[in-house]
Amino acid sequence: MTKEECKQVVLDIISDIAPDESLDGLKHDVRLRDQLDLDSMDFLDIVMELRKQHGIEVPEEDYPQLASLDSCAEYLTPKFNAVSA
Amino acid sequence: MGSPPKRSHYDAVVIGCGMAGLAAAIRLAMFDRSVLVVESHNAPGGLNSFYALQGRKFDVGLHAVTNFVPPGARGTPLGKLLRQLRIPREALDLSEQVSSRIAFPGVDLRFRNGFRELAESVAAAFPEEIDGFTRLRDHVAAYDPFDAGLEVRSTRSVLQAFIRSPLLTDMILCPLLYYGSARENDIDFDQFVILWRSIFEEGFGRPLEGVRVVIRALLDRARATGVERRMKCGVRHLHSDGSRITAVELEDGYTVTADRIISTAGAPETALLCGETAAPEAGPRLSFVETITVFDGQPKNFGAEETIIFFNAAPTFAYERPADPVDLRSGVICFPNNYEYGAERQLEEGFFRVTALANYAYWKGLDEATYRSEKEAWYRRMQSAATAFLPGFDWAGVEAKRRFVDMFTPRTVEKFTRHLDGAVYGSPVKTRDGTTAFGNLFLAGTDQGFLGITGAMLSGISMANRHVLAGG
Ligand SMILES: Cc1cc2nc3c(=O)[nH]c(=O)nc-3n(C[C@H](O)[C@H](O)[C@H](O)COP(=O)(O)OP(=O)(O)OC[C@H]3O[C@@H](n4cnc5c(N)ncnc54)[C@H](O)[C@@H]3O)c2cc1C
Repeated sequence: MTKEECKQVVLDIISDIAPDESLDGLKHDVRLRDQLDLDSMDFLDIVMELRKQHGIEVPEEDYPQLASLDSCAEYLTPKFNAVSA
Repeated sequence: MGSPPKRSHYDAVVIGCGMAGLAAAIRLAMFDRSVLVVESHNAPGGLNSFYALQGRKFDVGLHAVTNFVPPGARGTPLGKLLRQLRIPREALDLSEQVSSRIAFPGVDLRFRNGFRELAESVAAAFPEEIDGFTRLRDHVAAYDPFDAGLEVRSTRSVLQAFIRSPLLTDMILCPLLYYGSARENDIDFDQFVILWRSIFEEGFGRPLEGVRVVIRALLDRARATGVERRMKCGVRHLHSDGSRITAVELEDGYTVTADRIISTAGAPETALLCGETAAPEAGPRLSFVETITVFDGQPKNFGAEETIIFFNAAPTFAYERPADPVDLRSGVICFPNNYEYGAERQLEEGFFRVTALANYAYWKGLDEATYRSEKEAWYRRMQSAATAFLPGFDWAGVEAKRRFVDMFTPRTVEKFTRHLDGAVYGSPVKTRDGTTAFGNLFLAGTDQGFLGITGAMLSGISMANRHVLAGG
């Protein structure tokens, strides 16, 4: 999986859990929280969906790694590749 | 014995199929946890259930869904809970209130959804207090009621720094205590902040068809996510090894095990299920009577256009367990017809509801015949106490068109929800973090501290998140 594909997975999850948010024009290097109305409950859901849909575990101490789309891609892409390997 | 539960072991057992229990169960099942909800009553909904009598549909409680905000409002409790449960906003079919009033001797404060009318009303009735009132609003806005590090404070003592008039203090407290205080004559300040926002800053909404719309939306989600429900089957006993719950024994004779148990039955009620003695409480539990008058026509045609009226006739507002069977000095009136349901949408009959504080022990002790005659006598007294605060209301006209009356008492609440003393808001002291003496048993709903139906759902969600999902 490429980093761009990984970002798309995250965006798909966000559009499931927050269907009322517009995801157009999101900046990849800016915190998601600063661009969208997401709180810690929503981040828990992103983590839960990653596990449920893709078998990826994100321990609680790593939640800050999910701050922006860029940091999500950095952190999650190797995990995706490890799962599918 | 009926058919056995589908499993012998669950990731989680949820006790109670009210708002908190359903919300908790949905959250867990959404993420593939196996969940069994057990409920002693045959109908879901708990304190805010529904029933039918003589072909008419009634809500047990619903005056208003608090926290009403227009669609699209961001970062509010209603939006959060819909998002967490993945229920579309339209499923709740919420229409907003017309207008409401806090009515004390000689003074009225009016409010609608959003804060403007209330502020104008306070400025007009208490011009010397408006600066303090505005500072109070700012203080509430800046306060984080979810900061677990803050000590629990008395709202009356906090308000002294902002409001000098005891009358205005009582008038602000009246609706907030009625809609969510488990304490006599006061409320914890964090609860005050939550209720202030949910009632004054946000507001009241209602589905045309009442609470069953909310319950239906929850049941649909529960079904879709795979929650298993077992109705008319209470928990008889929670077995433990002293530090953890090891088995859940049901009243129908089956026993299951679970990694974690979330109980919405209440703190002392849950302790009793564990075979412990309930700890003494900080004050009496509060319960209410409610009368429902159904009539041919719409309230507005009899001179009642408002949605909810919080009234108090006494020199000071007493929110306490009364010595009398019913405290006639204050109460809450609700006209469920008076919401903005839209053109051509309206309840077919008129509804007039009155709530007042009541004495549990008195109602509990009556034999059946006296219970019935006392209900009739207090029904009449409550209507006259309430209608005194509805100057344009043609009560004689409504009486002439009356088709049906129902009334319930603390005894009814206890019978259908098993809350000790028929308490509506549970124990005076809340367990904010939901933990108990047992490592895998958690509280949600009433005694965790989020009250009302919106609060109960948020409580179920947050306890499920915190104690089951986030824990891995
Ligand atoms: C008359 C009245 C009017 C109200 N009006 C409003 C209103 O207008 N707006 C509003 O927001 N709120 C209102 N409320 C408050 C609101 O209904 C409650 O705060 C909320 O429903 C509490 O939900 P809960 O899930 O925490 O608890 P509950 O609804 O009490 O749920 C607990 C459930 O557990 C079940 N249970 C108990 N013991 C056992 C056992 N041993 N085994 C299995 N099951 C068990 C009970 O039967 C119950 O169904 C009103 C309440 C009443 C009584």
